[in-house]
Amino acid sequence: MGNGTSIGRVRGLGSAHEGAHHWLVQRFTAIGNLVLMLFLAISLALLPSYDYGTVTGWASQTLPATALALLIVSVFWHARLGLQVLIEDYVHDAGTKFGVLVLLNLATIGGAAFGIVSIARLALAPVSGGAA
Amino acid sequence: MANRPMAPHLQVWKWGPHMAVSILHRITGDGMALVGLAVLLWWLGAMAGGPAAYGLFQDVMGSPVGLIVLVGLSWAFFTHMMSGLRHFVLDIGAGYELDTNKTWSILSPVLGILLTAGFWALVLLR
Repeated sequence: MGNGTSIGRVRGLGSAHEGAHHWLVQRFTAIGNLVLMLFLAISLALLPSYDYGTVTGWASQTLPATALALLIVSVFWHARLGLQVLIEDYVHDAGTKFGVLVLLNLATIGGAAFGIVSIARLALAPVSGGAA
Repeated sequence: MANRPMAPHLQVWKWGPHMAVSILHRITGDGMALVGLAVLLWWLGAMAGGPAAYGLFQDVMGSPVGLIVLVGLSWAFFTHMMSGLRHFVLDIGAGYELDTNKTWSILSPVLGILLTAGFWALVLLR
């Protein structure tokens, strides 16, 4: 079934039926995660306090909100790809695997949407006192 | 499945640092995917929800168990980051010589722990 030749593997006839695109997107999102997670970690470490006003005041600014929204996309995409590999390695029954991958898609896309909507609510909320 | 010879697996090979760093990469990555993303979404949802929702998040995450989770997640992040950077080097075809490979397999998780300690030092000494 095409396992023996390079062109067969490129055409996705190996045991996983695909691969290069998954592998590349895992790397692209890894670079996104690296930049955006370091931005988040450094920003949080430098905040003067973690009370509600300080943290939301930071997160609702345009630049941090943009970074957080991009982080959600990158990190959920990366996690979806990583968990997919975990499932493919340990769930061998084809029907169960299909079902678990469906649940994975629902959870990661739903989770990412919830995160982005939360960030949007913060960023687009009317500016209250003190944020001027 | 057909009763064919299986590839030697974790129980067969003698453990080495390169195997440990590989399985550590999977454990920290999938651990963050399952626990870390839930905490991230709770944090964002609590901020969007208002001071009361944020207060609950802060109380839980500030408790001893919550702090263990946060320290664990930060360790998982920095460890996964270091082994991920190691993967980028291996992806370009470098670092496969036995001694080089062993050195970075040991150094990646050690640097992950040092970065975790540095991060919390920065947070606590602000």
